[in-house]
Amino acid sequence: MLVSYNWLKNYVDLGEITPEQLAEKITKSGIEVDHVTYIAAKSTNVVVGYVASCEKHPDADKLNLCQVDVGEETLQIVCGAPNVAKGQKVAVALPGAKLPGDIKIKKVKLRGIESNGMICSLKELGLDPEYIPADVADGIFIFPEDTVAGESVTSLLNLDDAVLELDLTPNRADALSMLGVAYEVAAILDKPIILPDESLKIESKKSAHDFIKVEVEAEDLNPYYGAFIIKDVEIKASPLWMRNYLMAAGIRPINNVVDITNYVLLEYGQPLHAFDYDRFASDKIVVRRAVDGEKITTLDNQERTLGADTLVITNGKEATAIAGVMGGANSEVMNETKTILLEAAYFNGASIRNTVKATGLRSEASTRYEKGIDPNRVKRAGIRACQLLKQYAGGTVLADVVEYDALDRSEKIVEVNTARVNERLGTEIDASTIAAILKRLDFTFEQAGNDFTVHVPTRRGDITIFEDMLEEIARIYGYDHLPFTLPVGVAQSGGLTGRQALKRQVKNYLQSAGLMETMTYSLTSEADITKLISPEVREQNPQAIALALPMTEDHKYLRLSILPELLHSLTYNQARNQANLAFYEVGNVFISDEETLTKQPTELLRASGAVTGKWVEHPWQQEVKDVDFFVVKGIVEGLFDFLKIPVTFSPVKLADMHPGRTASLEVDGNMVGFIGQLHPSLEKELDLKATYVFDINLDVLIKKYDAAPSFTSIPKYPSIERDIAFILDEHVHAGDVQTLIKEVGAPLVKQVEIFDVYQGGNVEDGKKSIAYSLLYQHPDKTLKDDEVEASYQEIVEAVNKAFDAYVRS
Amino acid sequence: MKEQLQAIQVEALEKIAGTDEIKALQEIRVAYLGKKGSLTGVLKGMGKLSKEERPVIGEIANKVRDAITTALDAKNEKLEQIALEKQLEAEAIDVTLPGKPVKQGGPHLLTSIVEEIEDLFIGMGYEVREGPEVETDYFNFEALNLPKNHPARDMQDTFYITNELLMRTHTSPVQARTMKEYKGEKAFKMICPGKVYRRDNDDATHSHQFTQIEGLYVDKNVRMSDLKGTLDVFAKKMFGEDREIRLRPSFFPFTEPSVEMDISCKVCHGEGCSVCKGTGWIEILGGGMVHPRVLEMAGYDPREYSGFAFGMGPERIAMLKYGVNDIRAFYTNDKRFLKQYHQA
Ligand SMILES: [Zn+2]
Repeated sequence: MLVSYNWLKNYVDLGEITPEQLAEKITKSGIEVDHVTYIAAKSTNVVVGYVASCEKHPDADKLNLCQVDVGEETLQIVCGAPNVAKGQKVAVALPGAKLPGDIKIKKVKLRGIESNGMICSLKELGLDPEYIPADVADGIFIFPEDTVAGESVTSLLNLDDAVLELDLTPNRADALSMLGVAYEVAAILDKPIILPDESLKIESKKSAHDFIKVEVEAEDLNPYYGAFIIKDVEIKASPLWMRNYLMAAGIRPINNVVDITNYVLLEYGQPLHAFDYDRFASDKIVVRRAVDGEKITTLDNQERTLGADTLVITNGKEATAIAGVMGGANSEVMNETKTILLEAAYFNGASIRNTVKATGLRSEASTRYEKGIDPNRVKRAGIRACQLLKQYAGGTVLADVVEYDALDRSEKIVEVNTARVNERLGTEIDASTIAAILKRLDFTFEQAGNDFTVHVPTRRGDITIFEDMLEEIARIYGYDHLPFTLPVGVAQSGGLTGRQALKRQVKNYLQSAGLMETMTYSLTSEADITKLISPEVREQNPQAIALALPMTEDHKYLRLSILPELLHSLTYNQARNQANLAFYEVGNVFISDEETLTKQPTELLRASGAVTGKWVEHPWQQEVKDVDFFVVKGIVEGLFDFLKIPVTFSPVKLADMHPGRTASLEVDGNMVGFIGQLHPSLEKELDLKATYVFDINLDVLIKKYDAAPSFTSIPKYPSIERDIAFILDEHVHAGDVQTLIKEVGAPLVKQVEIFDVYQGGNVEDGKKSIAYSLLYQHPDKTLKDDEVEASYQEIVEAVNKAFDAYVRS
Repeated sequence: MKEQLQAIQVEALEKIAGTDEIKALQEIRVAYLGKKGSLTGVLKGMGKLSKEERPVIGEIANKVRDAITTALDAKNEKLEQIALEKQLEAEAIDVTLPGKPVKQGGPHLLTSIVEEIEDLFIGMGYEVREGPEVETDYFNFEALNLPKNHPARDMQDTFYITNELLMRTHTSPVQARTMKEYKGEKAFKMICPGKVYRRDNDDATHSHQFTQIEGLYVDKNVRMSDLKGTLDVFAKKMFGEDREIRLRPSFFPFTEPSVEMDISCKVCHGEGCSVCKGTGWIEILGGGMVHPRVLEMAGYDPREYSGFAFGMGPERIAMLKYGVNDIRAFYTNDKRFLKQYHQA
């Protein structure tokens, strides 16, 4: 809502308050003023001039030589505007004048003839071209004949006006009108409101009833319809002051009838519609729901097809307006219009809202209906418009308003108790202060000691319950005056849940292991939605969950893996010469096997990482190493170690992953993620060097994690270490042998570690040597050599049998 | 014999003083004190001395031996010291060469901010709660006093999945879920951080995904002044003890009265400057007293219970606190950006 400061002065005495100070006060009281702008503050020294004569320039076809009376003198001015003519009153920038765009007016010679000033268009004076009326858009501005030459144009054209742009919250529909803003400002400044003159003297003996009847077939959507008839109107420009106010409010003046309906819309917040009575071609208004598929051509010359929920105004035969949204072209007011049928109606907000959604049409009128208008201003606004039409369009207003009226105009009653106000606000406001605030708000009320019965005026449809009144009282009292206190109630220790604490620890671990945390988008593209999904997620048959109306194709689906977006981050960095990257992210993926979602998907917390480039960078000691599988595996093993959850790695083939360098992770025989190198073709597609990734189901690990493991005593008896090196087929997995050794060696073998892997040399082709270090220990005694030896032999035999391996001597 | 002994001492000490090699010193030791050494040779002739002379000469001989031994040991220690110093000097390294880097990661700036806020409110007795990112229309809107077709739904452009399921537009549904879980009986304080989504075009100030932290306190007799006091504590701890807060009336469907909180501008301390667009204040968060309809729908009797709620955006806080000027920077994951805030 754009509020003209000068216009507002008609309703509230603003005294010495500047527009900026007013904006600050309004903002602090609850309606945010986005900014204050001036219409054309930069124009100075521009006065009204009378064009006494106007002749062609002797040496230039398109220039005119004018003698212009500017009050105290007559100036010779060369003017290029095509519409300049003798007898006009125009805006003259005198020599020394300043115009917007840092233009200074000086005496100049144009094609050999002296020019002492400039005749200006509204645009040259600094008005926004968007709101300049069409009739003066292409040339100089012409004042009414009765304007006095020599007078400054500043106030005539409202150039010094400031416009406050209100950023209205949806509840403050009341401030969508100058009167509503005036009530607000009056309350803030504790000043009385000055209402516009609504008196209307009817001189006609004819009654509107003889010209029109009103039938409403949808009372639920249209509880009030008032029709006024104004005869003998003359369509012309509206008065300058009205055009100025409309332009300040961001509405382009058209003609007197349209301008008056817009002016009253802005003044009262009540939309009005003027039909050409003769073109309406009926003596009957029928308001009804549209027939599904019904067509209407609106004022903007668009043919629109309506749904059955749309409310239309008809002449009994065809639709002549989409109620509350836009009029029809068939009954539009034209330059020849003589008789006006003026509508002042109350339409249901939700219905208008649906129509706006369905048609995509939004207007100043619909915006106000949608948010709710004041039922007590509907008819008053109609009368105000009649009064202005009489005055500025020479119309004859017929007696009587033809009405359909089932409108509830009653005021809401809200009980306010002083103690309850203080209880909720933490204040010590007394009843007399509350009474004073209610008076400032111009709310009527009855007071019985500390109890108030407040009659909420219908312009404030947002106030229905005690808490709404509480806010009114608090904001006029001033939020600044509320004390600072701290809660005295619940004594609760607060804190993180075990899951939240562990999530933080996991992140800390990954960070201390060298990974940087990233934050990527949860919404991904069609190309990425199927990529790098962990096998155990894929087992759940996850469907790609799509947004109904995505903003872009890049962010259309709910991710099934963090990795694709994470890899895009790597590519982004590599493209900027940052090649060594180690990223991780902890976040949710969204899993549902439903093709059409009927319930919320499972949100699974995962930890994913991606590492590329150099891992060790210590060149002067010749320690420079690219990341490899075992770097990332070490990080992952460390995580499981930290969580005290045993994990096994098994080779696995996954789409988009290197077929020989990928492993699945299993805990208790269940898959919990994967690790490995990206498939080189994906690396190429993403413009990445060798990149290693991991993706782990953190939900499962957090659930399994035992925060307080049972105590295991430190062994008292010495341990014995034995090493074994096996020669075995090169395709045997070291981990499988390790597992077997653990199984066979249990319970005496406490630990099995691999300390050497060797191929080539004296090891025959197709074979490899793996050396294991075994740690023997007994909890209750010192082990004897022969006990260890027996176990050792058992292991050798078992490995030999299982893997066709022999001990390397 | 006495003279002979004294001559040996003089000669030996001279030789010891004259040498600067450990090996030569060893030879001296053998030459004088060894089995065939000169001092030993003299002592062998002691048998020929009279009973009276023997102890006298013996004492002298011991003194001479002691003197030589002491001199040898002292010299030896000195030479060893010199040798060690030489060796250490040879072992010297260039300490100005770079050390071996320790691989260090770090948290995302938003995580740091969220955890800082979490810890701050945990200290005030708040529990931390989370909720689903895919929400039902009921919890995201209806339970928060935003029925279908409510004009205020326009305030938030929503990514719908189906008519009933959507990407949550705020973390407020966690409020409704928590109250429902506590069945209208328990007083509690909680905050809920999380990701939220809006149907926006990404630009310097808009992101279709961002984070939010909401707080909620429900109890008997919660006052609006408690909200003001709590937010003041938060603002001072988060932004500095010298910052003031200001509450302005505002509108949210789920609170009444509603507030917008500003903090005094760090640059101009309220005088007005370009950072605060001349107002002296910077908008930080929104909040208010929990709307009685919201309490009621979640099972709390609004005549008995009241509450306050507030919500803030960690991105905005990070932008103010660290001067980040483009919200997209949080999601682009430029390594230089990430690293810059690891100590934040
Ligand atoms: Zn400032």
